[in-house]
Amino acid sequence: MTIVYEKSKGLTDAQTHYCPGCTHGIIHKLVAEVLVELGVLNEAIGVAPVGCSVLAYNYFNCDMQEAAHGRAPAVATGIKRVRPENTVFTYQGDGDLASIGTAEVVHSAHRGEKITTIFVNNAIYGMTGGQMAPTTLIGQKATTAPLGRTIEHSGKPLKISEMLATIDGAKFVERVAVNNPANIRKAKKAIKRAFECQIQGKGFAIVEVLSTCPTNWGKTPVDALKWLEDNMMPYYPLGNFRDFEEDK
Amino acid sequence: MAKVLMKGNEAIGAAAIKAGCKYFFGYPITPQSELPEYMSSELPKVGGCFLQAESEVAAINMVYGAAGAGVRVMTSTSSPGMALKQEGITYAAGAELPCVIVNVMRGGPGLGGIQPSQSDYFQATRGGGNGDYRTIVFAPSSIQETVDYVMESFVKADQYRIPVVVLADGMIGQMMEAVEFKEPKKVELEPKTWATTGTKGQRKPNIVNSLFLDPQELEDHNWKLDRRYKEIEKNEVLVETVDIEDADVVCVAYGTTSRIVKNAIADCKAKGLKVGLIRPITLWPFPMEVFKQINPNCKGILTVEMSTGQMIDDVKIANEGRLPVYFNGRVGGMIPTPASISADIEKIAGGIK
Ligand SMILES: Cc1ncc(C[n+]2csc(CCOP(=O)(O)OP(=O)(O)O)c2C)c(N)n1
Ligand code: SF4
Repeated sequence: MTIVYEKSKGLTDAQTHYCPGCTHGIIHKLVAEVLVELGVLNEAIGVAPVGCSVLAYNYFNCDMQEAAHGRAPAVATGIKRVRPENTVFTYQGDGDLASIGTAEVVHSAHRGEKITTIFVNNAIYGMTGGQMAPTTLIGQKATTAPLGRTIEHSGKPLKISEMLATIDGAKFVERVAVNNPANIRKAKKAIKRAFECQIQGKGFAIVEVLSTCPTNWGKTPVDALKWLEDNMMPYYPLGNFRDFEEDK
Repeated sequence: MAKVLMKGNEAIGAAAIKAGCKYFFGYPITPQSELPEYMSSELPKVGGCFLQAESEVAAINMVYGAAGAGVRVMTSTSSPGMALKQEGITYAAGAELPCVIVNVMRGGPGLGGIQPSQSDYFQATRGGGNGDYRTIVFAPSSIQETVDYVMESFVKADQYRIPVVVLADGMIGQMMEAVEFKEPKKVELEPKTWATTGTKGQRKPNIVNSLFLDPQELEDHNWKLDRRYKEIEKNEVLVETVDIEDADVVCVAYGTTSRIVKNAIADCKAKGLKVGLIRPITLWPFPMEVFKQINPNCKGILTVEMSTGQMIDDVKIANEGRLPVYFNGRVGGMIPTPASISADIEKIAGGIK
């Protein structure tokens, strides 16, 4: 029998704990496939965040370290500086990367640290039960913004990709979404390029992936995808902000 | 090897490199900045890497990553920076990562001052970060000892898979003394088969982690760590004692303060007083047992510290209520004088109530 599709060797056999309809799983799959396709799985060292993907170290079939909340880019820096020949990546949520760990990601980008960051933006804190994130949209309800986020109280949602794209050391910055097959394919391309950026020694690479949290958004998986398209995509436009080929 | 005259902070760096440390992540703070400066010029020469982090939080997390990847790695700071490093230290303790952290103490709380102090004793010996964990704490009193114990720190860190703290103070960091760099001891250590180095397709993935969501697993992990801590308490206590068996007064002091106390003791002995000294070299594990060797007819114990008396708790625990415990301390960067210590010793010897 010809095998037309199988689970990536980049993932372990562990069953993930993600909620039904959560897109963390799709993003894991893409990262795993890319590591295998680029032939770097055996050299890869991943850093898991604190957040719903805290257990990512059980799912990726490569060496992994678990970092403190927000510190994954610093941990990855330590690994990459002592093992420059290895492929080092972080996998972080928006609470992790855009709130408690902003300094770590900004300065890793600033140093042009040769690591790849997968940044999962679901506009909310998933793991702790749906609190407001820096990425929560205006009007969006969260357990710590019961009436919806307002600009006066909390400022506008932080656009991480746009911000990091202003930093010279960030050599690859792209925002993608995993809301439909076409976008999932584009997301994979971007993730691949972000790892190529590291493998070619160009500098810091980040892919921001717009993701869903049906559980804390209080929506069915299908409605969650629609909400992402209708609300997140207009505020967080998809596209490439920086590519190492174009970099002067 | 011949002796060389070196500043404390730089000697720490030289000792670390001699011990095989090739990686340093740090952030400037007085009075330890010469150490990262030294590393920035010397580590590239041995094929290593110095990186100035954006903060102490980042620096210790870089140490965590590097230690997890299986190398000898170090960071250094002074008190306010040590407060920030506590997050990474508890994670390293939980993940059983060997690393060396130097704290060249200055006065606090808060921004405090920049003069020598010993007021991070609680933080160093009680944890500082969250959870049930310990770190081995060396408290050297001279630059020679600092060099020796920095080298020893890397061995103990690897041997027990534990973060090790070298607790110095601004005086150690800033003064110059003649030191000799001995050849590192040859110790058989287990290979770091747990480190994240890439599987090379030849083994199962390694995971460096301190998270155990199953309470039973976390309890097992905690007791496992605790058994190791008990082993360290049994095997790694270092202490200098002088004349405690027939002393009328016993002083307890560590680090540079112990040198001032030694001067005071010499003055008192010249006057015919019988004075002993207990100098803990490891603050954790604390030398509890030696207190039992103190002359039972001793009039009292005098604890001398550059803090408001943080070590007194340990002294009282070790002393188990046998003898009265007195205290002489200065804080804020002020230094106890031999005269004030001698005066206290004489008072205790004379039988104060
Ligand atoms: C120092 C620290 N502060 C807070 C927490 C609690 N905490 C765990 S996950 C989380 C939010 C994670 O949200 P995000 O990064 O957006 O990931 P998601 O769960 O949405 O995937 C927080 C605040 C923690 N573990 N450590
Ligand atoms: S809480 Fe949200 S982000 Fe977390 S697994 Fe569930 S759906 Fe996914």
